[in-house]
Amino acid sequence: MFCSLKCWSLKRSLWAFHVNTGGCNGCDIEILDAFTPRYDVERFGIRLVGTPRHADVLVVTGPVNSKTAQRLLTVYDQTPDPKFVVAVGTCAATGGIFKGAYNIVGGVDNLVPVHAYVIGCPARPESIIDAIAALIGKIEKGDVKI
Amino acid sequence: MTFNLYFGPFHPALKEPINFTFEVEGEQIVNVKPALGYNHRGLEKLLETKTWLQSGFVAEHICGICSGSHNGCCYQGVERVFGIEPPKRGLYIRTLVWELERIHSHLLWLGVMLHEAGFDTLFMYTWRDRELTLDLFEEMSGRRVVYSMNTVGGVRRDVTDSFLQKLKKYCDYLEERTKFYKKLVLEDSTILARFQNVGVLSKNDAISLSAVGPVARASGAKRDVRYEEPYAVYDESPYQIVLGEEGDALAKTIVRIDEMKVSLDILRWIADNIPSGDYRIKFSPMTKAPENEAISRIEAPRGELFYYFKSEGGTTPSRVKVRTPTFANVLPVVKMLEGQYIADIPVIVASIDPCIACCERITIIDKGKEGVKMITADQLRSYAKKWYEEKYKVERGRK
Repeated sequence: MFCSLKCWSLKRSLWAFHVNTGGCNGCDIEILDAFTPRYDVERFGIRLVGTPRHADVLVVTGPVNSKTAQRLLTVYDQTPDPKFVVAVGTCAATGGIFKGAYNIVGGVDNLVPVHAYVIGCPARPESIIDAIAALIGKIEKGDVKI
Repeated sequence: MTFNLYFGPFHPALKEPINFTFEVEGEQIVNVKPALGYNHRGLEKLLETKTWLQSGFVAEHICGICSGSHNGCCYQGVERVFGIEPPKRGLYIRTLVWELERIHSHLLWLGVMLHEAGFDTLFMYTWRDRELTLDLFEEMSGRRVVYSMNTVGGVRRDVTDSFLQKLKKYCDYLEERTKFYKKLVLEDSTILARFQNVGVLSKNDAISLSAVGPVARASGAKRDVRYEEPYAVYDESPYQIVLGEEGDALAKTIVRIDEMKVSLDILRWIADNIPSGDYRIKFSPMTKAPENEAISRIEAPRGELFYYFKSEGGTTPSRVKVRTPTFANVLPVVKMLEGQYIADIPVIVASIDPCIACCERITIIDKGKEGVKMITADQLRSYAKKWYEEKYKVERGRK
């Protein structure tokens, strides 16, 4: 019963913290675009917060490089449970075009568990919204462990 | 007694991670130490493993905001290694991409700058106008942000007449909007109070610290590759250098708004005068380059972008060097921050249009008490608002 209360409370108010682990800014401005008048995801109760301690969702962009790997883990630990990770862009999913560079660790899922992937280079705001909606659907159905 | 105030590296807005350590005495900044490298991906080494034709696709991922500039500058360098001259129509379309990108980047910057000053309504306005630019990019190239328009020896896609008609309509609409923004910035007393005489960079400092782009031009230094060494079709276009005088955050804002107007003029001129004919010449992907070296410079939205290519006669470059405008502007921003107030940090850092740097996680370490205090950018913004309210209350009381 307690679990269903948590699910219910998360459905309409996912707060997101954005972590750039070394991306090119393409996905980052598309995420910010999703918060501006044309797409306006704030109508779904999603908003960007200034610190991981307030966040439910970590929106990670860019391939993880060796300097940000430890910092991503720190940010992940600072986020209170229940927490979800959305990997935005091909780089965050696999390393993308930067695969093979000496400083790149790879996709985000090498370090932290990922609940939704958004593919695209850069990912369009529509597909980012779609991924968040899919995540909310997963929470509703109880497909993700809370 | 001085405190150390850590600034960065993570943040929710849009920019890449950077870390600043501020030594502060009371409210004033005494010393600034920037730390870079959070976004290091090893791109120069990666470019050495790609063929000449592939290099531009990697180069445009150096920065997603000025991707067209990186892409175009990279291929301009490759063309100089091979000694290829692209056809005229290709150069016109390339210039069109660069100028459209300058408008999109400056609108984005204007929104972020006003957001840092606490003016969120205008942030939404500028980003709404920016969407129209992205629509044009999507119609032209199929993608909104990273458009891969250029290639060795021209551009990858042609533009249609109906697109050029749309471009003209867009220019007319945006001309009105830039007038509105300029009027607002110059007349709104809140914006003036936050921007005037904040983060001043003198002309001498701008030149001696090698500031580039609008940061240097706002201080009155004539630094613009389009002016110094016209490339593509800039020598024929109605381009005019835009200069400021004071070098403060307000001058940087006005210079960028005026530059958008110049870009609109160039776009209109391109729409009227674009020649017909081929837009690219054929280039085989596995062509071997002659032994040669070349440099390529263009004026990206943030300032001078520099590429160096060295070829030893293979299908890949043997050395690539990239110098981006924000890197050149890190030292000037350190100079601008010295002696300023903590409340002005967001505005000053945003005023150079950093492709890095934003102020998300800030740690204040009180050396005397060995205590650690963390504040976020939102807290810093509200702190800045309160600080200014107090300041003006006191001044009003005096009057």
